[in-house]
Amino acid sequence: MRRTMLFLPGNNPNMVMNGGVLGADSIIFDLEDAVAPDQKDAARELVRCALEMLDFGGCEIIVRINALDTPYWKEDLEAMIPLKPDVIMPTKVSGAAYIHELEAKMAEEEEKNGIEIGRTRIIPLLETTLGIENAFEIARSTKRMAALYLGAEDLTADLRCRRTKEGNEIAYARGRLVCAARAAGIDAYDTPFTDVEDLAGLKKDAELARGLGYTGKAVISPRHVDIVNAVFSPSKEDVAYARDVFAAMEEAKEQGKGAVSLRGKMIDAPIVERARQVLEAAAQIGGMLDE
Amino acid sequence: MKIVKPAAAGTLESSDILITLKPGDGTLDIQLTSSVDVYYHDTIMQVLKDALEEMEVTSAQVQAVDRGALDCTVRARMITAIKRGSEVES
Repeated sequence: MRRTMLFLPGNNPNMVMNGGVLGADSIIFDLEDAVAPDQKDAARELVRCALEMLDFGGCEIIVRINALDTPYWKEDLEAMIPLKPDVIMPTKVSGAAYIHELEAKMAEEEEKNGIEIGRTRIIPLLETTLGIENAFEIARSTKRMAALYLGAEDLTADLRCRRTKEGNEIAYARGRLVCAARAAGIDAYDTPFTDVEDLAGLKKDAELARGLGYTGKAVISPRHVDIVNAVFSPSKEDVAYARDVFAAMEEAKEQGKGAVSLRGKMIDAPIVERARQVLEAAAQIGGMLDE
Repeated sequence: MKIVKPAAAGTLESSDILITLKPGDGTLDIQLTSSVDVYYHDTIMQVLKDALEEMEVTSAQVQAVDRGALDCTVRARMITAIKRGSEVES
């Protein structure tokens, strides 16, 4: 279950060391924007030592590497792949060719280090207009693809518009990305909410993304983790309803009924599928099915 | 590795350590000051020595100012400083 992906600046020991206790499902060690060009080597070494020596409490480990048009990305992969992170997050991904170039280097490093080729998955950051337009092609470009992730800050610069809290300027990109991801059978992650203090705004923004079909959201502050986790978790009412759906299905089966209704509404295949998704999510989060 | 030029890694921020390194006179000279020196002096020194030994550095002057860094931070900063100090300008 990946509801939150928390960014940790790769050269900040305080954040890196505490990454496993901040409540996020996934932690992203950032070697890109959060690290100054003259500190890339230091960040790489800090993250490498942290992954070697620390236990991050079962959090999924993601490493955001530098873009393929920089001199850093190959060294990023050479340092990180041997440590078996769960996911590599490339940035400014524009199309399938970009992913193919990346995964060739990933495979080379996996082979060199005796790691099963294809073990390390990819969640690309789509943050350019070209990347958004090619979202489906990117989503289907490799078996390593775990999800698509929308980055709105660079995208709005590329769109030549202002980034607002309301997010009308990224409505098309949000819709296009989640549709592409779902069509390819993978997850979709929403852009971070960048006002660290505005927790009500964060909740509203996360609810909007969930309503569109997003699986979760990236966060840039530990303060945002609990709110985003809550928004992307099924509610007690959701779980109770999902259980009722399956109970009604079972009862109808025992009675030999073809059509099933619950609370005056017909239960059809999409309702059963949604109920299954809710119970699956609740099981993965843990504790929700015990009540 | 041979230290051929002065180099530094890390910061003076909380949970970090600032390590500066210079070419030595044939021995390892490590000067450590730490906000938690009374409790962890020997531990930090050992992590510094282990990293130097692992990188095959036998001659260097090392100055470390610790602000409560964990072992993995100490090790990472030491290794970064060594790599920076042993680079030959192209």
